[in-house]
Amino acid sequence: MAERSGSGVLSAPTAPVGHAGAHSAPQGYLRRYVFSTDHKVIGLQYLLTAMFMALVGGGLAALIRVQVAWPTLAVVAPETYLSVVTMHGTIMVFFVVSLALVSGFGNFLIPLQIGARDMAYPLLNALSYWTIVPGCLLMLLAFFVEGGAAAAGWTAYPPLSALAEAVPGSGLGQTLWLLAMALFIASFTMGGLNYITTILNCRAKGMTLMRMPLSVWMFFVSAILGVLAFPPLTAAALMLLGDRHLGTSFFLPGGLVFGEEVLAHEGGTPLLFQHLFWFLGHPEVYVIVLPAVGIAFDVIAAHARRPPFGYRISVWATLLIAFLSMIVWGHHMYVSGMNPLVGEYFSIATVSITAPFSVLGINLIASLWRAKIRFTTAMVFALGIISVIGTGGLGGLYLGTSTSDIYFHDSYFVVGHFHLMIGVVTLMGTFAACYHWFPKMFGRLMDERLGKLHFWLTYVPMMAVFVLMHYQGLSGMLRRYYDHSMYAFQAEGIRLARTISYFAFAAIAGQLLFLVNFGWSALRGRRASENPWEATSMEWNTASPAPHGNFEADPVARRGPYDYAPPGSRQDFAPQWTA
Amino acid sequence: MSSSPAAPAAAPGRGLPVLLALAFVACALLIVLGVWTHGRMPTLASRHGASIDAVIRYLLVATGILFLLGHGVLAFFVLRYAGAGERGSPHASARTEWRWALVPVLVMCVLAEGGVLIVGLPAFRQLYVDTPADPWVVEVVGKQFEWLVHYPGADGMFGESRAELVSDARNPLGLDRKDPNVKDDVWTRGQLRLPVGRPVVIRLRALDVIHSFTVPEFRVKQDLIPGFLGRTQFEPTRAGKYEIACAELCGLGHYRMRGFIEVQEQSEVDEWLSDQDPAF
Amino acid sequence: MKPILLTLPFLALLTSHTVPTGPAAAAPRGDEVGIVRGKAAFQGEAPRRRKVDMGSDPACHQLHADEPLRDESILVDDKGGLANVFVYVSKGIEGKFTPPTEPAVLDQKGCCYAPHVLGMQVGQKLVIRNSDPVTHNVHSFAKKNKAFNQSQQSGSKDLEHVFDKEEVLMQVKCDIHGWMSTYVGVVEHPFFAVTKADGSFEIPKLPPGEYTLTAKHEALGTQKTTVTVAAGGTVETSFSFAEQ
Repeated sequence: MAERSGSGVLSAPTAPVGHAGAHSAPQGYLRRYVFSTDHKVIGLQYLLTAMFMALVGGGLAALIRVQVAWPTLAVVAPETYLSVVTMHGTIMVFFVVSLALVSGFGNFLIPLQIGARDMAYPLLNALSYWTIVPGCLLMLLAFFVEGGAAAAGWTAYPPLSALAEAVPGSGLGQTLWLLAMALFIASFTMGGLNYITTILNCRAKGMTLMRMPLSVWMFFVSAILGVLAFPPLTAAALMLLGDRHLGTSFFLPGGLVFGEEVLAHEGGTPLLFQHLFWFLGHPEVYVIVLPAVGIAFDVIAAHARRPPFGYRISVWATLLIAFLSMIVWGHHMYVSGMNPLVGEYFSIATVSITAPFSVLGINLIASLWRAKIRFTTAMVFALGIISVIGTGGLGGLYLGTSTSDIYFHDSYFVVGHFHLMIGVVTLMGTFAACYHWFPKMFGRLMDERLGKLHFWLTYVPMMAVFVLMHYQGLSGMLRRYYDHSMYAFQAEGIRLARTISYFAFAAIAGQLLFLVNFGWSALRGRRASENPWEATSMEWNTASPAPHGNFEADPVARRGPYDYAPPGSRQDFAPQWTA
Repeated sequence: MSSSPAAPAAAPGRGLPVLLALAFVACALLIVLGVWTHGRMPTLASRHGASIDAVIRYLLVATGILFLLGHGVLAFFVLRYAGAGERGSPHASARTEWRWALVPVLVMCVLAEGGVLIVGLPAFRQLYVDTPADPWVVEVVGKQFEWLVHYPGADGMFGESRAELVSDARNPLGLDRKDPNVKDDVWTRGQLRLPVGRPVVIRLRALDVIHSFTVPEFRVKQDLIPGFLGRTQFEPTRAGKYEIACAELCGLGHYRMRGFIEVQEQSEVDEWLSDQDPAF
Repeated sequence: MKPILLTLPFLALLTSHTVPTGPAAAAPRGDEVGIVRGKAAFQGEAPRRRKVDMGSDPACHQLHADEPLRDESILVDDKGGLANVFVYVSKGIEGKFTPPTEPAVLDQKGCCYAPHVLGMQVGQKLVIRNSDPVTHNVHSFAKKNKAFNQSQQSGSKDLEHVFDKEEVLMQVKCDIHGWMSTYVGVVEHPFFAVTKADGSFEIPKLPPGEYTLTAKHEALGTQKTTVTVAAGGTVETSFSFAEQ
């Protein structure tokens, strides 16, 4: 049993999820584990759903890599390839990363870390999950309809996405995509509102905003960003549905010709969609990256036995990043024909984000200064995150600077960059969270050896894949191409394609290893105590796994969330709930 | 200290920290080295392209230094602070924290923002705002999945195009044969001839979906947006053959929407043009 | 004698570029039905046949290295006969007709569709073949039927489609090779023809009656005329097209 100073005693039952106090009547299996309103169950449901969708998204990734590296095999037709690429992107961004990190861990951690018994609106929480399930189903259904799944890219630019005659996936497939996205946005909005309300209103006594862990801060900012940024996408989706089915012309100009016939649309512009999409699209990447950064801070603090460097500064930097992220979307549109003066503004603004973002980077690294690092799997993933953020983040400068972006736009440089940032950083953040908070979820520990192997099979291959893509981009190779071999200028880039694919298969195999570890450990992993990492934040103030109702007595926050190496103390940590 | 049996061992071996530190250093070195061995850009063939290359070279140096530095420090800390042992107090004063926050802000303001303001934007302006004198003007129209090239002919005036007149086989541009300016117009499927050493302005239109005109050797990329008359400009500096590729997903043939550019002396271009069939 | 005669349309289907009429459900006796014959003519000087620019695909260009393909949109012979006019009975036919079991075949050869105009029946199978060394994209711009848009790699298996509504003329285009288009006339009955190189056409085995004949050309519009067919008789008619 961990020693404790001061009061705040909790017994530490190691029994699985009980119902300490909250309900008098016993609940059936369905009510407890399927239609639960307990944020922990919902968080886990999100996580498991994301894992399932990751199998689909990962399978699509494997298909892409086979096609790109061995185009003569023609494993899929060109039109199918576009559906594969589109759905890979859509599923991964929204139904895997956002689902696992923001919805999964956000749900699980926020009430525990702020000392609340559940979210402010538990029923709304359940509703948000059950809204996403039909969203997932609709997305998957699209593969089986006439014309196949949406094929206009995850960015769904009209007119390609608006007109069924433009590409087969723009038939029923694109409509299903839009409906599934509408469900996703509804779900995310419900969740976001829940997070914001909970964090503002349900914190335990003594838990001021500046005593919240950085992970909670990041979920908070992420939720605000999401709630502000999604509505324009909702509008764009509705308008696109109108253009597709109701004869409107929001995004369609006059003079479109298909099959020697001029379409009846008139008066719209495709650029409007781009603005609406990217108005969400850019903040969205911060919505998913910031929680990963917050988790990294939490994990590093606990396993390096020192508080994060520059806690308050990190909070301010994050708020600045969030604000700036909403006014830089045009860097996705430098070559779209947008007014060049506007392009210049966007370039200046975009590059300014590097300032607060590198503050976070410096703070992450400085959080290792004079640390006593325990190289647990969670810690190793957190360290890897720092490396990947540095790599991907610096690559962003080439794209944010409008002049160089002319060369790199729509090349593999972009693909490499965004995968590092919203693929690898976020996935590694999810993994760090899994290994670190597994005891709180299941009362057990994940296997450390398999975990370390998982790390190496993630960090090395994924860095290889996406850094090599930067080189492909430098040599001029373009994205979303079914086959690059027809172009002399892409020959240089193609030379790397097979190497990338082999590394990608290794990375995918590594993730299967993780799933095995996760499943096996949940059932048969070594039992964990209440606070196996000797961490300080409030979620460790309860049994492992955390029971229904979270805490025995109402918790009180008596110090900051990261009181490691407290001066003058024999112990190297002072938990938040101790005086 | 914790006596929980489930906590990790208090004194792990040096293996993992060493491996990690090595991995971070190797990663940084390999990535920087890789730019030399694998990051070759196609040979530059346009005048303004030099300024784009200058921005990229600047960024490679600036980010390269920051990258090596960052990973170096990371690797050092991983080794130095592995495991338990005597350290000084890890607590930093608020002033220290602010000072170290100022460092990345200043560095980024100078290197990143400075790069944009001093190196990047002047080049951007040159590309987009400046208008060249006496350019060779040609129109490229994108349609699934071809680049239709439209030359205005000796009169320098483009004959009018109308969507209703489009006939895929005979008149894919929808040129109006009643327009007198059309008489000397020439159009081709994907054959773009440009004079070397003379500024070129290309009008860009799209008939169905968004396409994007790109020629990596020229460092040119510009979207063709339906309903919008776009343009791009550059000056080819090397005679030779180049390819046009599409850089905006436009349908199932996106990967093979290929055009062919030949840059020659103006006289050769004129001669070739005079050999082509007129529009009607 | 009759069985041999009946095989001729099948052979014609497989070997020629013009489209024969499909066989009717039951073979009527020669003296019970009539024939409509005619000619489509082009008024004025035959437009110049532009060389087809295959510049966007060197592989296609190679296939015509010796002799460039010329535009097939308006094909007029030296006597003014207009080829590739789709002629069919648009009014007056009663009853249902079973579609032929033989498929209508569209081939892609030399980066060109063969035939340039194809007639077929509702419910008849359309087989699309790629005999070229390049990938094609068969995109049908059907308005009444279900449109389709598929890639077809060189040497891959034939595509198959069936149309269930009458539609004259449906453009089928290769989006990759923009000059490649064919026009398909899908009719509910077998009384259609495509004019030959000299502009002539023949629609045999018509039951006696009054009919509206529609002639449609891909670029020159539509003409209509009425004919009265007598049992055992032949009706001569003609269409005249001009550039607009």
